[in-house]
Amino acid sequence: MMSAGVGVDLEDLWIRFGDFVAVRDANVDIRGGDFFSFLGPSGCGKTTILRAVSGFLEPSDGRVLIGGRDMKGIGPNKRPTALIFQNLALFPLMKVWENIAFALEIRGASAGERRKRADELLEMVALTGQGDKLPAELSGGQKQRVAIARALCAEPDVLLLDEPLSALDLKLRQHMRTELREIQQRVGITFIYITHDQGEALTMSDRIAVMRAGVIDQIGNGREIYNEPATAFAASFVGENNVFRGTVKEVRGAEAVIDTNRSGTLLATVSPANRDKMKPGDKAMLFIRPEAFSIAETGTSGDHFVTARVTNEEFEGNVFNIFMEGEGGKELKVSLPNLGQSFESHLGAPMTLAYDVQNAVIVPHGDLATE
Amino acid sequence: MPRFLKEFFNRNGTGMGLVMLGLVLFWTVGLIILPQLSMLDFSFRPNLPPPEYGGPKDVYTLENYRYLVFGPEGGSQDFNRVDLRVFYRTIIAALFVTLFNLVLCYPIAYYLGQSKTSKIRIFALMLIIPYWINEILRAFALRIIFGESGVINSALVGLGIFDVPFDFIRNDIALYAGLGYAYILLMIFPIYNVIESLDRNQIEAARDMGASWITIHRRVVIPYAKPGISSGCTMVFMLTAGALAAPQILGGPSSLWFTQLIYQQFNDNNDWPQGAAYAIVLLVTCILLVLAIMRLFKVNMGDMGK
Repeated sequence: MMSAGVGVDLEDLWIRFGDFVAVRDANVDIRGGDFFSFLGPSGCGKTTILRAVSGFLEPSDGRVLIGGRDMKGIGPNKRPTALIFQNLALFPLMKVWENIAFALEIRGASAGERRKRADELLEMVALTGQGDKLPAELSGGQKQRVAIARALCAEPDVLLLDEPLSALDLKLRQHMRTELREIQQRVGITFIYITHDQGEALTMSDRIAVMRAGVIDQIGNGREIYNEPATAFAASFVGENNVFRGTVKEVRGAEAVIDTNRSGTLLATVSPANRDKMKPGDKAMLFIRPEAFSIAETGTSGDHFVTARVTNEEFEGNVFNIFMEGEGGKELKVSLPNLGQSFESHLGAPMTLAYDVQNAVIVPHGDLATE
Repeated sequence: MPRFLKEFFNRNGTGMGLVMLGLVLFWTVGLIILPQLSMLDFSFRPNLPPPEYGGPKDVYTLENYRYLVFGPEGGSQDFNRVDLRVFYRTIIAALFVTLFNLVLCYPIAYYLGQSKTSKIRIFALMLIIPYWINEILRAFALRIIFGESGVINSALVGLGIFDVPFDFIRNDIALYAGLGYAYILLMIFPIYNVIESLDRNQIEAARDMGASWITIHRRVVIPYAKPGISSGCTMVFMLTAGALAAPQILGGPSSLWFTQLIYQQFNDNNDWPQGAAYAIVLLVTCILLVLAIMRLFKVNMGDMGK
């Protein structure tokens, strides 16, 4: 399936609006048939990239290639892409089937042919028999599916999705994730998905690009992004993370010792993107996920133990969350899986945690994602 | 008391509610319905000197309407060709002016509706300022511009396009320009209003699916703007057909507008019943025409208020 689709390449892509640089030197190679996500906070330039791929925006510099073909000067109506808008942009005065078959109408297909294709697509998105309704008569999730069917009707090589799930409620959003992924695997074309929701990006994507302020920080599959973040931003934006600031004291192959501001010297793994680039004396950040901790004997010391005072404890069902005094006023969060074990409260008292050096990542000092 | 009235009073309080209701009733009944009814009444009466009002001759008659169609009794012609010709010419010219206005204003309204607000303010101001000037003054200004030694003729002759000044007045070009210009705002604003609320993404979505600009307008923008278009067209048509100042000032010697005939009946002939009958015929024809066109294009009266 991977070989079938048409790939998209961004080469040295710059997009400027006056003095403002929206996208800075982006280089991305999106493989044909992949589900590729751009993940980043609002205003990071991800939608701008999508508009450059769809043709609504010309790059200031660099190239957009679709299927190896330079798209310069080719308008959105001539590109093999279809865009699903954040607000879906269904045509309110056309019936559902007319909406879906709009691309065929433009190509001059007969009404019968259009209706037939629309009905096929309606069946594919599980909306059989809803063709004669108006978009306003459908629920949010149904509209979503109509928008997908309408985009697929154009038989694009690349489907572009601009946060299409953001208007849905949580349950439906989670359901639509699975559905979108299924549809993508069925049609086998390249999907480029824009989102600020890391859950969406992680669950659906083959590969993800993490973006910040116009710059792509990291490209990789979900596990690489989550486990081996390349930058402080990627580490703090994707999933929950605890940060320890400090200076590199010693590098031992893939591992390094950090002299942290508050928790003594700690041993951790340098993330693969930064290996051989960090040397003693560099300012660094150490990230440990809440679920990477385990409880140790209070008072134990060593290069993979952290001791701090517990400020709050909560039971969330699948996990116990423990909040401890962290650095810079931020809490240190620990999540212990609920395996039916007994749980001893440490509220107000110090507690010692152990972590696996494999799951603690060192990146160069940098900006954190702000919530 | 019906529920909407009760809610109305609850929302506004009894005192304020009564004042508002009273004003609306006074406006619609006192200033619109009653005068029109008295015109209707007039139109069915013979033209009598005041002492004979209520006398034996003051009976309802269709004479005034008959006159428009067949002319004076015992006249030389079968039909009142002169007045009928003016009548249908007025209607057709008003339709033409409306259509011309629509073609001219739709692109402007579309451009305004899709632009940023700051740009629109200046543009809208430029459209509105000419309307601070009295309608008659504006008509005279146009007459001067289109006149034999006016700006346009001077330019055309000066550039060598014409050898002698072109008579814009006699050829009714000044009249159509004046009528078209008079109600441009009433066409632009309703269309602008609707297009402004059109989601830009819909236009982009259509373009993304390969639609040409013509298709985008035909399938997405115009269907959406239909209520605004029909409301603009209705107002322009009604007002053009009923215009008096522009035809009076800008019309050529041969072109009588039907409203000028009505004016003559009231003022020159002092025949109010005849004038009333003509006015009623014009009004009813315009309303029927508008309703017919609305049905043709499947527009509801309610949509136009949007």
